[in-house]
Amino acid sequence: MIETHELTKRFGDFLAVDRISLTVQPGTIFAILGPNGAGKTTTIRMLTSILAPTSGWARVAGFDVVRQPTEVRARVGVLTEQHGLYQRMKAVEYLDFFAQLYHLPPALRRRRPLELLEHFGLADALDKRLGEFSKGMQQKLALARALLHDPAVLLLDEPTSAMDPQSARLVREAIRDLQRAERTIIITTHNLTEAQMLADRIGVIRHGRIIAAGTFSELAQRFVGPPLMELHVANGLNGLADALRDQVQLVEHGSGWLRYRTANPAEDNPAILRRLLGLGVEVITLSEVSRTLEDVYLQIVREDEGHDSHGEPEPSVR
Amino acid sequence: MKGTIPMASLSHPYADSLARRAAFSRTLSNALIVTRREVRDSFRDWRIMSPIFLLTLVFPLLANAMTDLFITFFEENGAEPLLPALLPLLPMIVGFFPVSISLVIALETFVGEKERLSLEPLLATPLTNTELYLGKSFAAMLPPLLASYIGIAIYVGGLVFGDTQWRPPLVLVVQILVLTTVQALVMVTGAVVISSQTTSTRAANLLASFIIIPMSMLVILESIIMVQPHRRYVLWFLALGLLVTVALLVRMGARLFNREELLGRSLDQLNLRWIGRTFMQQFRGPQLRRTTPGAWYRTSVMPAVRALARPATVTVLCAATAFAGGWLAADRWPLPLDRVAVDDATLVENLQAWFELGRSNPGLILAAIGQNLRALALATMLGVFTFGVLSLIVVMLPFGLLGYILAQVAAAGLDPLPFLAGIAPHGVVEIPAILLAGAAALRLGSIITHPPAEMPAGEAWVRALADTVKIGIALVLPLIALAGMLEVAVTPRIVELVLAR
Repeated sequence: MIETHELTKRFGDFLAVDRISLTVQPGTIFAILGPNGAGKTTTIRMLTSILAPTSGWARVAGFDVVRQPTEVRARVGVLTEQHGLYQRMKAVEYLDFFAQLYHLPPALRRRRPLELLEHFGLADALDKRLGEFSKGMQQKLALARALLHDPAVLLLDEPTSAMDPQSARLVREAIRDLQRAERTIIITTHNLTEAQMLADRIGVIRHGRIIAAGTFSELAQRFVGPPLMELHVANGLNGLADALRDQVQLVEHGSGWLRYRTANPAEDNPAILRRLLGLGVEVITLSEVSRTLEDVYLQIVREDEGHDSHGEPEPSVR
Repeated sequence: MKGTIPMASLSHPYADSLARRAAFSRTLSNALIVTRREVRDSFRDWRIMSPIFLLTLVFPLLANAMTDLFITFFEENGAEPLLPALLPLLPMIVGFFPVSISLVIALETFVGEKERLSLEPLLATPLTNTELYLGKSFAAMLPPLLASYIGIAIYVGGLVFGDTQWRPPLVLVVQILVLTTVQALVMVTGAVVISSQTTSTRAANLLASFIIIPMSMLVILESIIMVQPHRRYVLWFLALGLLVTVALLVRMGARLFNREELLGRSLDQLNLRWIGRTFMQQFRGPQLRRTTPGAWYRTSVMPAVRALARPATVTVLCAATAFAGGWLAADRWPLPLDRVAVDDATLVENLQAWFELGRSNPGLILAAIGQNLRALALATMLGVFTFGVLSLIVVMLPFGLLGYILAQVAAAGLDPLPFLAGIAPHGVVEIPAILLAGAAALRLGSIITHPPAEMPAGEAWVRALADTVKIGIALVLPLIALAGMLEVAVTPRIVELVLAR
């Protein structure tokens, strides 16, 4: 579990992270999104006890990041933005070095690196120096390093950025496995599709503040409005569209289609279908117009830019 | 690629093993994990191994050949007596050259890793700052030291088992081994300090001149001492001094080598605006811009003086030690005071002339003030570059001299009252000013070795500088000015009165 309260980091006059409060439960994936320099990496570094907060507090896996840094780091697996592998080492040597640092028991120390290398499809590259690895291979090895000690908490910075689609899918599956194994996971990414696919909850960070947080549906509802539905009928609407205004918020319509918003699709959609069928209208399709995280994210950032000067930080994120 | 992600089934991953290990052995064991990796990495780097190989195996053999050549040349020219003085320079160089590579490795292992961005994964492990610091320092030191010892062994072996006429005395070999070791320690601990303050190998190499230049001067000094066999005992003191330097650098490095400093520092840019603002903030103190002198003394100057408690204690103790040392030295190097026959009347006449000169020439007061201020400014500047050591020495000198003179007076059976009268009237003001300035200079020079927690070393230094300037302006300058006036206008009169009793 990760808990932070009013977590703040200043570098001289520069406020890198501004009063971030959040809770991430075990078995949850929390995605932090934000432009470059927003404070994502600094937040991750504070949660890894690499940087000390200027004020506020954070507990990771039950340990205080300031008072118990060694305990925190022993329970956190970090995939850093830059993988920083030792170019002259081989994969097994590299993982063995970190296995020693994490004090893995000898039998596990021998077994675990090989298991992970095989899992990530690196078993064929055991004899290669890391300098010869492709970017994707390096990223997979860095992820293997983060998972080596089976940490309770994972902090993953751009976990699939350099990977081919097949490898990226493998890594996403690995992350889901870890989620099912009740690990607490934070990912920071610019890949909004991936964040939407993986994350249970999403936080958008800008100028060091979390400006919005919640599930995708909550954020979409709040920032781009209720779900947008699109209805197609067989014989034309014949003025029926205006008649539906009393039930839903009509957005636009044509001769054989219409779009409306509804805050409560579970109730409104069946009611509309019943009404149309009662009127003898033949419905071809009724579906939700896809809303992407990109739309939501851009809207969040746009709104925040609008009230930059007097914005208050997002209240505690649960 | 297969199945689900393998889990390690560790219910409490490290708590048990961490708890089982004693703190010290754990620290050492963790440090050695880092050391082993780094050393293995160094041994795989041909850029490091090539010079080590050459300096370890080839250079000692060349030095052996040089020794033969020197002996033949000196013998042919009838200068054999010079051989015992000059030949030890060769094993000294044989030992020093490989050790000099430790500087390169230290810069590479610290800054190089930072530059290649491989440091952060290491910082995210449970290693403590001390373990990382020790592990990397050992790694930087061990290969060059090993190379140096092997080089000396090959050189000495070549002499012992070859047909060269010269056999270096055992004590000389031990002395060279000790010097080589402490030199490596100084270079590595210095490189750690430099590494922690830079983000690129280029910047670190530029800053390395702060190590290379003093080390070169040191080697020249060692050579000068080495060629004087009867003074070679001084080299032991030199080694001791280097060990003290190592202790200071280790303290400084351990403080600076922390995650916050290593990752928080992303630019090597000199931020003059920030420096100016921090300086002025510390100089003004917590008061708002408009403040009265009284409030400034109370809220800004006095806290700065209170911060001098420890350096002031050290300064006073050192001054007392210097006084005692001066007193004891008087026995060994006595002045022929008993042969100087100056009667009191002549002294009174001289003092009257001095007094009249001071009264008619106020510039003398300025000269006295200027002299003291110059000495204190010099002490402060020297302290900045020597962790405060030279500022202490400069402050100790007058006290040593005072002890020496008073001991001479006592030993010659002269009346000490006129001498005390010549010191006390202005000394009452001047001595506290000197001690205060000395303590401030010591703090300024040494604060970088132990900056306050949660404060970067640079900021701590700028604030200490502001405190030093503040104390200088608010207290030392007025005291020195007052002492100057007393020294010129009052002290001669008091002495005159004492002599005229």
